[in-house]
Amino acid sequence: MSERVAVRKTYKLFIGGKFPRSESGRSYLVEQTNVALASRKDARDAVVAARAAVKGWSGATAYNRGQILYRVAEMLEGRRDQFTALGVPADEVDAAIDRWVWYAGWSDKLAQVYGGANPVAGPYFNLSAPEPTGVVAVVAPADSALLGLVSVVAPAIVSGNTVVVLAAEERPLAAITLAEVLATSDLPGGVVNLLTGRAAEVAPWLASHADVNALDLTGVTDADLAKSLEEAAAGTLKRVLRPPAGPVDWTADPGTGRMTALLETKTVWHPKGS
Amino acid sequence: MTATTTSDRSDLSELGRSEATLRAFLHGLPGVDQVGAEQRAAQLGTRSIKTTAKAWAIDLAIRMVDLTTLEGADTPGKVRALSAKALRPDPADPSCPHVGAVCVYPSMVPYAAEVLRGSTVHLASVATAFPSGQAPLAVKTADTRAAVAAGADEIDMVISRGAFLAGRYKEVFDEIVEVKAACDGAAAGLPGSPRAHLKVILETGELATYDNVRRASWLAMLAGADFIKTSTGKVPVAATPPVTLVMLEAVRDFRDTTGRQVGVKPAGGIRTTKDAIKYLVMVNETVGPDWLDPDWFRFGASTLLNDLLMQRTKLTTGTYSGPDYFTLD
Repeated sequence: MSERVAVRKTYKLFIGGKFPRSESGRSYLVEQTNVALASRKDARDAVVAARAAVKGWSGATAYNRGQILYRVAEMLEGRRDQFTALGVPADEVDAAIDRWVWYAGWSDKLAQVYGGANPVAGPYFNLSAPEPTGVVAVVAPADSALLGLVSVVAPAIVSGNTVVVLAAEERPLAAITLAEVLATSDLPGGVVNLLTGRAAEVAPWLASHADVNALDLTGVTDADLAKSLEEAAAGTLKRVLRPPAGPVDWTADPGTGRMTALLETKTVWHPKGS
Repeated sequence: MTATTTSDRSDLSELGRSEATLRAFLHGLPGVDQVGAEQRAAQLGTRSIKTTAKAWAIDLAIRMVDLTTLEGADTPGKVRALSAKALRPDPADPSCPHVGAVCVYPSMVPYAAEVLRGSTVHLASVATAFPSGQAPLAVKTADTRAAVAAGADEIDMVISRGAFLAGRYKEVFDEIVEVKAACDGAAAGLPGSPRAHLKVILETGELATYDNVRRASWLAMLAGADFIKTSTGKVPVAATPPVTLVMLEAVRDFRDTTGRQVGVKPAGGIRTTKDAIKYLVMVNETVGPDWLDPDWFRFGASTLLNDLLMQRTKLTTGTYSGPDYFTLD
């Protein structure tokens, strides 16, 4: 009897809840594993999928979003061994799960903390409520393959945004494994779209894309690239989260800045009568 | 696949004289190879059209669009806005061509005419109890005359699918002839106005077979149609590539036989630039460049235009565009 041949895995993109290869047919090697190398057209498709998901995801109740995100944390817990097998330290996996739960809890609290009644000089109720900005393009940080990725994706989607995230070029395996978790945890297709490849090649297309509403440059280490991406983003007045000035301690308390940076405030005047 | 046999130029004008001659002719047309037609249409859809050819195709497709609104909820304001968009689809880019025509219900024709007067954008109106066609002939011709009198220079009529499917070809034939007569502006009390073009909607989604599509195409052309159109857009199955292929072959064979050229208009379900370009490839490969012109090929569509404009913007600016930058209509 011949020896069994194991099935080798090709890590693919995650677009609209599916795992397609790159439209370009390209791939690159990471740790002896083939990973799809995304092209600009994959980015285009991902934005279309993200845009299509905005209505359903932002329209879901905050409670429902929280439940779904919590479900993601449950599934992450079950895949713990898979992440450690990919070389993610066990304590980072724990921290990533905790971080996800922490953000999940914010979904039905953001509106109370960052919205509210405004005192106005007139017979009106004046209420401000935070709303998601729409489609967010994210360049994920490379220094923390799982915790860093969770720390940029979760705050964007908790408020109802959808994301197109570019995983770190050199460490995409944990990212795709996270996508496999997302695909099996009730998160609607298209809310998170994950591309693997080169930021310098794909990010400019996302930065200039008119149907992208915000750009998170956390993972861009090249200052010139960051500058050109910001300039391209200015063409359609996108919200831009600039790259951090120095190394980030991803295990520290993240604060609410990443969530609030991707919100729009809607203010409503309502007549009070008498 | 099987093409209609073509003999030398022949006179088919006598065919409409009786039910028997029409039936003999239509049932004598060769059958359509269904698998072959579908495979051929799918194959033509795989061509890759890029860069300058794509830019040319997008501009041509924009010029071929019959910008359509056929809703019970249409208002004069909506029709005016749509007509303004037809004249200048992309206000940010003066080099963008205008569309082929605006297509509305007869009661909305006067409002569209106000905006389009003096331009080269045609004004099409559906008529003859659109979309079902289930009304007495007198109502249908009155509907047509009203639309022509209001300023429509193209009439989109529906055939009586019920009569066609029941085999009463002569009835369908005579109806088209009557409506064609009603398209004459002079007859409608507008002396000196040109005769409106007649587009005949076959509603292929209700014809069941490609053989029926081929017969209906020939029937409409024999009765004097200037254009044959696939669908109303009001039934679940609208224009499909194989159906359009069968109709293109019919107009090609009709011109070979009679010398008269007839246009084709797929309508409904064409929403993306990619789809539109597939149709243009099919036109070029089936009937040739003679039909690659807004006078001979049109797209009945509403959402297609915005996608064409987004693709056009991508080609001119080099960055991806978004639907937020174009009108909702």
